[in-house]
Amino acid sequence: MTFNRKILASSVALAAATLMTTGAQASMSDDAVRIGYLADMSGTYRDLAGPGGLEALKMAVEDFGGEVNGVPIEVFSADDRNSADVGANTVREWFDTKNVDLVAGLVASSVSIAATKVIEENDGLGIVSGSAASSITNEHCTPNHIHWVYDTYPLANGTAKAVVEQGGDSWFMLTADYAFGHALEGDVTRVVEENGGEIVGGVRHPFPTSDFSSYILQAQGSGAKIVGLANAGADTVNAITTASQFGLTQSGQQLAGLLIFLNDVHSMGLEATQNLLLTTGWYWDMDEQAREWADRYFERTGKRPTMVQAGIYSSTAHYLETVAEAGTDNPEQIRAAMAERPVEDFFSRNGYIREDGRMVHDMYLAQVKTPEESENEWDVYEILSTIPAEEAFRPLSESQCDLVNN
Amino acid sequence: MTMIFGVPLMVFMGQLMLGLINGAFYALLSLGLAVIFGLLKIVNFAHGAMYMLGAFTALLGLQYLGLNYWAALLVVPLVVGGLGMLIERFILRRIAHLDHLYGLLLTFGLALIFEGSLINFFGVSGSSYPTPDVLQGGVNLGFMFLPIYRGWVLVAALAVCLATWFIIERTRLGAYLRAGTENPALMQAFGVNVPQLITLTYGFGVALAAFAGVLAAPLYPVSPTMGSSLLIVVFAVVVIGGMGSIIGAVITGLAMGLIEGLTKVYYPEAANTVIFVVMVVVLMLRPAGLFGKEA
Repeated sequence: MTFNRKILASSVALAAATLMTTGAQASMSDDAVRIGYLADMSGTYRDLAGPGGLEALKMAVEDFGGEVNGVPIEVFSADDRNSADVGANTVREWFDTKNVDLVAGLVASSVSIAATKVIEENDGLGIVSGSAASSITNEHCTPNHIHWVYDTYPLANGTAKAVVEQGGDSWFMLTADYAFGHALEGDVTRVVEENGGEIVGGVRHPFPTSDFSSYILQAQGSGAKIVGLANAGADTVNAITTASQFGLTQSGQQLAGLLIFLNDVHSMGLEATQNLLLTTGWYWDMDEQAREWADRYFERTGKRPTMVQAGIYSSTAHYLETVAEAGTDNPEQIRAAMAERPVEDFFSRNGYIREDGRMVHDMYLAQVKTPEESENEWDVYEILSTIPAEEAFRPLSESQCDLVNN
Repeated sequence: MTMIFGVPLMVFMGQLMLGLINGAFYALLSLGLAVIFGLLKIVNFAHGAMYMLGAFTALLGLQYLGLNYWAALLVVPLVVGGLGMLIERFILRRIAHLDHLYGLLLTFGLALIFEGSLINFFGVSGSSYPTPDVLQGGVNLGFMFLPIYRGWVLVAALAVCLATWFIIERTRLGAYLRAGTENPALMQAFGVNVPQLITLTYGFGVALAAFAGVLAAPLYPVSPTMGSSLLIVVFAVVVIGGMGSIIGAVITGLAMGLIEGLTKVYYPEAANTVIFVVMVVVLMLRPAGLFGKEA
């Protein structure tokens, strides 16, 4: 099946190539700027990026007029099915047969780490928007990619620190039993202890888990003030729903979600998620600029965008503006030129790209509204405070990235 | 305070209770599988999808038709069971004379189609189904806070399991069913419409899954993938109990719920694996399963 599809894809690419006209400007690599969107289009992470992210990317291209420096902008996409192999092979094929100029999307951390290696081998350019692992710009950094929206470092730093400062000094950790969960648990433990709190207990649950009642009961029995959720996606949703059924928050304990997306809260409803603290890179209703873009997105999709979908627009627009300004699509020059321009738009505040490829920008500590406070189904967060760009992300002094001169 | 292997008695009791509730779900689902396998010899891989369709039908019924929870408990199994009968009549019957493996592959394909189509329309995040008003809140049992809805799930699931066992083992219809699978040709000669009986049985098994789906809707997010994650565990339960054994499926379901519940306290990392460990041990010692007849 895969083989057939490959043949099909190659023949389509070949047909497209033969149809193309020549005559591009000398400074552009060929006669089009080609953006490949790689994401989970059908699995667990579909709703946080997926087809909505592709739509955001297309919006950015349309807003740019569909062409840059006199050549058209082409967009194509593929489903990585959350498999690092599938992702890496797709990107390799895009370099071999489609002359891809920018690989966008990139959601599951494992896929992103594999795909960025291929991008580096082919001297291309990638922008990671959906992944959580902070290692993508730490030990896995390359000169060929940028990490745009968020990562595990500010998630722990933002939520855990704020919670401890508000008096939540004893924690029970509910951790997904795999690399991402362990990393997040480690980050949270460090932040909680640095700020004078303590971890009184925890459970590492299998990934994935559908029934959390037992773990919630253990959390209730621990007497901790805060139950930290170092998991993601369906696991987080299940844990929160179950906690609500067992009256965890009503009995005085509080949940701290460490990786929560807008679509998670929307799907669970406010009854189950109210008062949850979380860190987010962006929220559609946070100010006039954000709302304006979110309204346009809503008209096209019928949904409010997640921070990842907004970030995909923001990063694509930044890329296209840089290409237009620099008059070239040479990856190395563009990567350097992108870093020279501050990132200031409806998505990013005080943003800029560091030498390790991390796009640092203001992050936000938010609390989920109660059903009474909410005015409509998407009115779910209240932004409590801003975590300044400089404080949010892992400082360069702690970086293990080879591109950083320590 | 009394301790059991380092765990306070209260916590221990609470975990047993939760294990029993999960076990009731396993029992209900594996019962449907066991009925279908016992009577039709079909390894129904679409069972998880039918469970999911049950939850989805309840959710959509509530959103678009105003169908309330209690009506859904009754109507949804009928609707999804009807769909099951159509599947049996027009699809499964065509391969009934082939090796069991084909039925497995066909139902697996059907499950993927149902799941995929729903993902296309509804995404994977799922939606929440409100708990009916009467069953909201919880009671303090002294050793734990038990949400009333979970208590209801336990009661309802066990009642349905019991009724099913009664129908199949103790009524004339049940006797026909068992005879029809034992020797279809002879039954046909006696004037019993065996193909119709088989269609009804498949529909009934599917209806049980849909019923479990409606029960699950207020507990877990209703999403297209909710069935596939449960299916494998349920298959393990059926294998442990003995393929085709009705009462075996129910008892094993409850027992596995309890074992899993205790694992979650003493060694949570193994909670997803423990049932399969039991399965391996049972298959080595009693290949036909705990309640299976043939070796």
